[in-house]
Amino acid sequence: MNGFFSFSRLIALLIKEFIQMRRDRITFGMMLGVPLMQLVLFGYAINSDPKALPAALVSLSQDHYSRAMVSALENTDYYRFDHVVESAAEAEKLMASGKVVFVVTIPSDFARRVDRGQRPQILIEADATDPSVASGAISTLGTVASEALLRERGVPASEAKPADRLEVIVHRRYNPEGISQYNIVPGLLGVILQMTMVMMTSIALTRERERGTMENLLAMPASPLEIMLGKVLPYLVVGAVQVAVILGAAKLLFGVPFIGSLWLLLTAVLIFVLALVLLGYTISTVARTQMQALQLTFFFFLPSILLSGFMFPFRGMPDWAQWLGEIFPLTHFLRVIRAVMLKGADLPTVAFETGILVLFIIVYAGFALMRFRRTLD
Amino acid sequence: MNAIDVHGLVKRFGDKTVVNDVTMQVARGEIVGFLGPNGSGKTTTIRIMCGLLTPDEGDGTVLGFNLRTEGLKIKREVGYMTQRFSFYEDLTIAENLAFVARLYDLKPVGAHVDRTLEELGLASRRNQLAGTLSGGWKQRLALAACIMHQPKLLLLDEPTAGVDPKARRDFWDEIHRLAADGLTVLVSTHYMDEAERCHRISYISYGTMLATGSVADVVRDAGLVTYLVDGPKLEKLAAELRERPGVEQVAPFGASLHVVGSDEEALKAALQDLDGREGVRVSRGETSLEDVFIQFMANSTDNMQ
Repeated sequence: MNGFFSFSRLIALLIKEFIQMRRDRITFGMMLGVPLMQLVLFGYAINSDPKALPAALVSLSQDHYSRAMVSALENTDYYRFDHVVESAAEAEKLMASGKVVFVVTIPSDFARRVDRGQRPQILIEADATDPSVASGAISTLGTVASEALLRERGVPASEAKPADRLEVIVHRRYNPEGISQYNIVPGLLGVILQMTMVMMTSIALTRERERGTMENLLAMPASPLEIMLGKVLPYLVVGAVQVAVILGAAKLLFGVPFIGSLWLLLTAVLIFVLALVLLGYTISTVARTQMQALQLTFFFFLPSILLSGFMFPFRGMPDWAQWLGEIFPLTHFLRVIRAVMLKGADLPTVAFETGILVLFIIVYAGFALMRFRRTLD
Repeated sequence: MNAIDVHGLVKRFGDKTVVNDVTMQVARGEIVGFLGPNGSGKTTTIRIMCGLLTPDEGDGTVLGFNLRTEGLKIKREVGYMTQRFSFYEDLTIAENLAFVARLYDLKPVGAHVDRTLEELGLASRRNQLAGTLSGGWKQRLALAACIMHQPKLLLLDEPTAGVDPKARRDFWDEIHRLAADGLTVLVSTHYMDEAERCHRISYISYGTMLATGSVADVVRDAGLVTYLVDGPKLEKLAAELRERPGVEQVAPFGASLHVVGSDEEALKAALQDLDGREGVRVSRGETSLEDVFIQFMANSTDNMQ
């Protein structure tokens, strides 16, 4: 027998390892599921040059010049005019709530100016909270719109005088300098909260089960609701500390502007954290071991980062990926926090997204209470 | 009214019947020992009684509360000590007790904790982490925690496994003191000396209750006859005896062999020629509880396999 290396001993270890691997279904599933998920998400869903971005058209003059321009813009694939509104105020609301990324305004005297040979103007406002989203769309806009207008008038591009050229006024809203930290740092608040809150609570019950204390806890008069709240509420405190640290750092280190109401933000954060701890708790009612709980957390974590709009523009993803993205609380939280912090959105503007976060709380809590058994059956 | 009154309990896990038609009555103030081999369904039966498991069949009352519908009321009045230490190892003794006191709504918490610590002699270690305690102290803590809310029924699942003889003796003294005050105790154990400390024992094997009664009753009802065989080369002798008809058990006890059978005449015949051998002495012995249990185990089929 060789003391340093024995082939048969290695075989013994390998066999044991494979048996254990096969027994742990969740781990086995993760080994196949994670690479597949990453491949699909990175391969199909993520697009750093987003197209078909939702836009609103504020058209005060319904003339053929405008129509030609709008259809030309849509043909670039960058714009998708989902909303045609009458007033600037309505458009403003759509942008603040994140429903549209662009607002294109064609003034009422547009056709008149074109016909009189005065230089026509259009205004394009872009939501620049995520600077990468708007850049491609803005850069194509000027030439495309201008050429469409000339074509409509029957003027060849080579003969166009400066006064024939369309003047495009671009407003980069909320983040005129295009500082990406403005977008990333509030998003990080959501991501960091999600990571720590879900992870910590996901082992809540599995730890009791693994250490054998669950049996004792169940034998004592504690109700499932009491146990659930007892497990998740302490982490609200932890979450509060994290929120204070991250918001402080956002202000002091990164100079992220803070326009909206602090109370509205904190309320949204509270709702979000509650949803997260309940999600973690739900995971811990499903997982049998702490290891499995952490794996499930990770399995949830990865797509939620990729599809929530934290790393890549949400609107740039294909529709199926956007639908998938809607199932993550992080997606909705990011909309709320960016709207409140960077755009100064008020409660009615973010009420819908906040409502969805509340819905998550109800669903998770209901599921967890249903899954939780008072007995060891 | 009996503290425990259950009948026809059946519990299956998958296609395994772990508890099969168990009926049990325990009077108030009684200490009942619950015996049986590993995997015989003792823990499952106890868990059913404290509401941790719901039986597939059968009914009954614990402390007058319906087993199926009044689980929460049962939990309030029952103290259950799990087989494995199940308090928080990263909490101190006092913190663990305070946790339990609050769960049972005992007020004031501090006074209840102090009283319990004092009664069980844990006061000097109140600030020690439970995880750093030795087996005996852990067991004391577990007992303290489960009698703190002054339950009427104590369910103990192998409470003295891995505990030294002195600690076991103290533990049993405490159990008897509590029973004298009216507490009912159902305790599962593998130790014969502990079984003998119970007012009554119940023997369960592979889910089926085989015998119940006082130790003397159980030994008598088993109808076994025991002879002691002394002499040289007992090993060889034992092997020889096992082959003989009428001999059902041969077990070495110190310097002699316990030879057990259920048919006295057959056993006598089997041992007859031994008396003449050099140095061998055969005498009539007392059948011990252990002999009876070994017999039970040999007779019952193992449905776990």
